[in-house]
Amino acid sequence: MNQDLLDRRSIDRPSIDHIATATDHITQTFVTLTIGDQMCGVPVLGVRDILSEHTITRIPLANPEIAGSLNLRGRIVTAIDVRLRLNLPPAPSGSARMSVVAEQNGELYALLVDQVSEVLTLRDADFEQNPPTLAAIWADHSKGVYRLDGKILVVLDVARLLDLGETG
Amino acid sequence: MDDLLADFLTEANESIGELDVALVHLERTPDDAETLSLIFRHVHTIKGTCGFLGLSRLERVAHAAENVLGKLRDNTLSASTHVISPVLAALDRIKDIIAGLAATGAEIAGDDSVLIAALEAVAEGHAPEPAPASASSAPPMEDDQITDADAAEATPHAAPAESATAQPAPRAPTEPTAAAQTIRVTVDVLEDLMTMVSELVLTRNQLLQLARTQDNAAFTVPLQRLSHITSELQEGVMKTRMQPIGHAWNKLPRLVRDLSHELDKKIELVMQGADTELDRQVLELIKDPLTHMVRNSGDHGLEGPAERRAAGKPESGTITLNAFHEGGHIIIEITDDGRGLPVDRIKAKVLSNNLATEAELAAMTDAQIQRFIFRAGFSTAAAVTAVSGRGVGMDVVKTNIERIGGTIDLRSMPGQGTTFSIKIPLTLAIVSALIVAAGGERFAIPQISVVELVQARLDGAKTTGASESIIERINDTPVLRLRDRLLPLINLNEQLRLGAAEHTATAAHIVVTQVGAHMFGIIVDRVFDTEEIVVKPVAPILRHITIFSGNTILGDGSVIMILDPNGIARATGIGTGSETRVTRQQSRETLQSSERTTMLLFRAGEAKRLAVPLGLLARLEDFPREQIETASGASVTQYRGRLMPLIPFGPDIDMTAPRQPVLVFTDGERSMGLMVDEIIDVVPERLDIQLGAGRPGLLGTAVIAGQATDVIDTGHWLEMAWQDWFRGAAAAGASAMRREVLVVEDSDFFRQLLVPTLAAAGYHVTAVGRAKDALALRDGGTMFDAIISDIEMPDMDGLSFARLVRQSGAWAELPLIALSGSAEPSAVAAGRDAGFTDYVAKFQRDNLIASLAQCIAGPLSVS
Repeated sequence: MNQDLLDRRSIDRPSIDHIATATDHITQTFVTLTIGDQMCGVPVLGVRDILSEHTITRIPLANPEIAGSLNLRGRIVTAIDVRLRLNLPPAPSGSARMSVVAEQNGELYALLVDQVSEVLTLRDADFEQNPPTLAAIWADHSKGVYRLDGKILVVLDVARLLDLGETG
Repeated sequence: MDDLLADFLTEANESIGELDVALVHLERTPDDAETLSLIFRHVHTIKGTCGFLGLSRLERVAHAAENVLGKLRDNTLSASTHVISPVLAALDRIKDIIAGLAATGAEIAGDDSVLIAALEAVAEGHAPEPAPASASSAPPMEDDQITDADAAEATPHAAPAESATAQPAPRAPTEPTAAAQTIRVTVDVLEDLMTMVSELVLTRNQLLQLARTQDNAAFTVPLQRLSHITSELQEGVMKTRMQPIGHAWNKLPRLVRDLSHELDKKIELVMQGADTELDRQVLELIKDPLTHMVRNSGDHGLEGPAERRAAGKPESGTITLNAFHEGGHIIIEITDDGRGLPVDRIKAKVLSNNLATEAELAAMTDAQIQRFIFRAGFSTAAAVTAVSGRGVGMDVVKTNIERIGGTIDLRSMPGQGTTFSIKIPLTLAIVSALIVAAGGERFAIPQISVVELVQARLDGAKTTGASESIIERINDTPVLRLRDRLLPLINLNEQLRLGAAEHTATAAHIVVTQVGAHMFGIIVDRVFDTEEIVVKPVAPILRHITIFSGNTILGDGSVIMILDPNGIARATGIGTGSETRVTRQQSRETLQSSERTTMLLFRAGEAKRLAVPLGLLARLEDFPREQIETASGASVTQYRGRLMPLIPFGPDIDMTAPRQPVLVFTDGERSMGLMVDEIIDVVPERLDIQLGAGRPGLLGTAVIAGQATDVIDTGHWLEMAWQDWFRGAAAAGASAMRREVLVVEDSDFFRQLLVPTLAAAGYHVTAVGRAKDALALRDGGTMFDAIISDIEMPDMDGLSFARLVRQSGAWAELPLIALSGSAEPSAVAAGRDAGFTDYVAKFQRDNLIASLAQCIAGPLSVS
């Protein structure tokens, strides 16, 4: 187990419950999602809502990665296209996309992704830091990766994804 | 009991509660400057308010106490028991008087001389100084230094705990009644309520929308009830936020009183419509601007008594505040009957601050120059007085008012005073908005800035519709002729970079929008309904897009952005506003900057750069060569079912190109075309023409868009096409007799333009450069049939001239036509007030001829 990682988690996600499984493994629960062909995850406790396809109003003049705004039960939520945020090609038109709603400084944001899948509980033992060769744009917006059976799950840093300050 | 008094009592009771605690605290820690200044502030407020309410007894007691506190604050006294006790006694006396006030609505009689004497004695340090006031050793009871009954009586109340139990009898019954009428609720609670009601309204709207599409009778009735209750709830909650504007005004009488002392002027403040209610959020936001403006009116606007006497006005000046409702808005007017805004001094200031060039100023109307006071860093007060001129000027006022979606304008008449009028929305929470569509997206435009909706055909679609408006393009910049002016258009599609518009459409909707004095049209694809919307701020990551003022959820549940017309105007360079001057590139986009004349630039033969005022042109055409025919040696084309003569501009025009650009001039049924080589651009430019081109067809040379450009003499070319070009209009109204017309115009250029134009129209023209010369002609006995006068002239302007003409003399009944660079409604109104029969914008030749014919024909053609 990587001590450095544990420290980091305790700073970054103080609110996350550490669920002890039958063994003494420490685990965390993630909502898994797909962006492009990559499997990603965001901590389940930071997720306010999962939306299937939703009407999104375009916002002219905004940064391209801002997909628009949508109405979530009377609240206006700004949608961020994670594909564009991560410099991936835009999703093929007509494809049904889903969103994960997260809160930041009292404002709600919807992260527009290709697919939202199951909720997984992952052992910290499988966690690893970003490989140093990871593309900078991914490394900047990810907290690390989990080794799963046959797949790698990238933990997205929601706060960094929503930090459009320097580009706005 | 009037509201003011009730407010005062509520406030005073609270202050006294705090004072009791604070004074005792001070006695224990005499060095606590913070507590001391808190006490001083409270007593000072009570004193100030009673002075205002005319509560003299209360004021005297409070004043005496304040003196002592002042000494304490200045460290000339230390907060020992013998000092604090009389202050506490005074406080108790204040309580008693206030209790009496609450019970009877008036001050109860009583003698406070002993108490006041005691306070004065302490203030002057006469009372024997006891042992140094060690904080803990001096119990409040120790009042042996003050032997009179007043102070002694006060002792039991000295500690707050005691005072609570030992209240004088009259106070007891009054407090519950006061409490029952009003309760204090924190603003946060009200804000939360408002937010929730807003959400409820939105949900209700959504439900109603659903109900419209689904035919389910079972829901109809309860839904209607829900709808009603929601509306009533909304109204009720809105009411909790409404406060009479008098609340924002109640400090003004005092302010004006102080002002008049400070400035040694006599000022009367008249307040009308103080009970007009508006949202407290708005109220808070306009408080400071209003105070500032009243101060300005007193300081800059009103003259001193001597100057007023000399001007034949009553010695005391009046500042009038007037508030009233007008179509969902509140209008607040601040009027003074002072000297009016000094145009000359504003000009000088504008020049010294490099806000505009001298030539630019010369082309502006007085009203436009006066609006410079809204520019940043502007203050006309020659000296910085204590009252105003501290650099926080009208620009801050304007910004603050615009921030709450309001507008500000001014009217000023020299010698008669100035009126500022502020138009603000009733509330910020819910606004009425027009929903439009562009590029497949919907947007909301706040109704406050929408003037009218115009439907216009796109340029390409040529039909025979007569009166329909057409969007014309000048070098890709769309414009619209709207009545007598050229309206700059902004294509929302392009502005928002939404992508291609629906090109199949032949008609466009134009939302005519006004921001300050500037009008522009927004081209949209569709116009929907007006809807009440709840303005929500946009997410922080979108705040940098100033073209939006917020977003909202519509009845159908979709999110839409709210456009900010101020932001659009800024983004496109319309209305230089308080910002820096527009750059050349921007000014090209704004076709009709009211400060300049819009010039069309073109090339013809050897003449590389020629210009003509755009206002003289009817259309720009581009005819295929084969449509141009030759008849008896001259070029003609069929134009709108008639033959139109085409005149080449000079012999070296290229007559072989496949298409021929033509400038079309129209007068009633007749048209003529001027063939040129190429249309270059349209630029707004102030005209400063060096006369004497020495070539027929040219008026002179001017610097336009940075290059020397020849300005053409349209009259010359018109006459080449139709020798009797100008006769038609004249014939309509005049007989064979030559009519005498006097032209008063200071600009050589316009005189040059007008005289031949009018002469050609069959008038005999006399032109003078100054109003004074014109009056000399009148006094010399010369008679005319009509007078055409410029408005902006040095020495005596057109308005004063018109007033003098109307006042007396042989010309009093003559038709009087005003010519002005701007035809703003306010300018037209001022012109009519001064006695002008008609008002025509400069360069509107057709209008001038028509107006002249009408004016002369009017009184004569009775037969």
